[in-house]
Amino acid sequence: MAATDARPAPRPAARLSAREGVARQYDYWLTVYKRTWRGGVANSFATPLFYVLAMGVLLGGFIDADPDRLEGATSYLAFIVPGLVAAHAMTIAVSESTYPVMGAIKWHKTFFAQLATPLAVRDLVNAFLLFVVFRVASACAVFMLVLAPFGVFESWWGPVLAWVVQVLVGTAFATLAFGYSARLRSEEGFGLLFRLGVLPLTLFSGAFFPISNLGPVLEWVARLTPLWHGVSLSRMLCLDTVDWPLAALNAGVLVALCAIGWRWAVTGLDKRLEV
Amino acid sequence: MISARGLRKSFGDFEAVKGIDVEVLRGEAFGFLGPNGAGKSSTMRMIASVSPVTSGELRILGMDPATDGPAIRGRLGVCPQEDTLDNELNVFDNLYIYGRYFGIDRATCRERARELLEFAQITDKAKAKVEDLSGGMKRRLTIARSLINNPDVLLLDEPTTGLDPQARHVLWDQLFRLKQAGVTLVITTHYMDEAEQLCDRLVVMDKGLIAAEGSPRELIDAHSTREVAELRFGVGEHEALAAKVEDLGDRVEVLPDRLLVYSDRGEEVVTAVLERGLQPIATLVRRSTLEDVFLRLTGRSLAD
Repeated sequence: MAATDARPAPRPAARLSAREGVARQYDYWLTVYKRTWRGGVANSFATPLFYVLAMGVLLGGFIDADPDRLEGATSYLAFIVPGLVAAHAMTIAVSESTYPVMGAIKWHKTFFAQLATPLAVRDLVNAFLLFVVFRVASACAVFMLVLAPFGVFESWWGPVLAWVVQVLVGTAFATLAFGYSARLRSEEGFGLLFRLGVLPLTLFSGAFFPISNLGPVLEWVARLTPLWHGVSLSRMLCLDTVDWPLAALNAGVLVALCAIGWRWAVTGLDKRLEV
Repeated sequence: MISARGLRKSFGDFEAVKGIDVEVLRGEAFGFLGPNGAGKSSTMRMIASVSPVTSGELRILGMDPATDGPAIRGRLGVCPQEDTLDNELNVFDNLYIYGRYFGIDRATCRERARELLEFAQITDKAKAKVEDLSGGMKRRLTIARSLINNPDVLLLDEPTTGLDPQARHVLWDQLFRLKQAGVTLVITTHYMDEAEQLCDRLVVMDKGLIAAEGSPRELIDAHSTREVAELRFGVGEHEALAAKVEDLGDRVEVLPDRLLVYSDRGEEVVTAVLERGLQPIATLVRRSTLEDVFLRLTGRSLAD
């Protein structure tokens, strides 16, 4: 029985460093990835491709490409792509941080098993979110690369930065959705989140049409939504129409949301797992 | 190894553990015996350093769980009441990946996982999905997983609940082997036979408090007679007949389906009952068990 001494070396530190806490879960998330990447490809790639074809190309064919009315875009496709990818980043992030979080608490109890080891709640949240961010980052990268030959980008560096912004959008929404899911007792709350949160944000945050079309009041409401900041920044970068003060505000809001969301996720899971 | 003084745990207004003192020594098998809701699992989660202590003092391996949680958990093995195995991973990966959480390097994890599969007698299931295992195999895998870090103390929360008798005996045998290998075992159970089989020393818990403490033998000697005569009468007759046999033993307990007469000489009780013209449907003379101790201390049976 005691042939191998697998006991880890004694550690003076009371808790693991954030890096060590995540590194120890690498093998776990690798197996999760190996098991789920195929489904992820279909979901995270096919869906937006259908949107681009249907809305950008086919519906866009009916729309006059007037750069003045399309925030500087020379075609409706070029207008819709940056916002669509940002909205898609949000959708992936929220999907991956809702049912899987509840599953790890309620159905599979993965978090409880992991917490019986030297790992702490903070480590579980970090590794989980990093995995989601990785999913968002890879899906958005593939998508942006595929669209590059279609003449929808105005510079080479703009789309790269836009991709960083999309990842930031994913991170912000992942942390917020995690915090929400960690507090939720029943999965019925997810229907509400998707119908009253994700769907209206996707439709009305400027991804499909300029928010100036909403009228002055609703335009300001749209500006207050987190997704709009991502859409706005992503589009300015792709179309090379960057208004730097606005860009700084957009980026600031997204970063702040990430910080608040992370805190909310950690406190939520901490309370939930304390039984 | 573990020492608790005035240990309490509250959830809002509800006090699950109401101030207990416990001392677990190196190498012993220590048990918490009590019915569901006695506070055993809450106590276990505090010892496992995942549930903060509400008040009182708790030291595990000389450390304070409030500040040294990760270090303590690194030296504990935890076998929870509900299986928390990862159904999405195969049997081998459940062990391997768990080992990685403890910071054990990959090669050692693999070797250790193979050893533990053998120990749990599930080597041929290494590549199987967890959901294809029987209940007994899942339990053994859970225990194997809790041993991946060579723990100093193994915490087992209701280890054999839901298992058939044969699977229980296989599991008990493995726990004996661990004990012989020097692992300190802390077990909660509401099965008195399990407590008698496995525990060197135990505390009887009821409603968040410790009702008694000692070895199974000591507890039986102190709180019960050597033998018990069980008398089964017709439905509803037990209460009324209790007075008629009261003087035959040290004490009489009335259960819904039988009378228990406590005496050092059970056969003589049965003979005397028959001489009085009473006609029980069935009689049984047996030795006292921890069940009787619990009944004596709390007025309730463990199954309640």
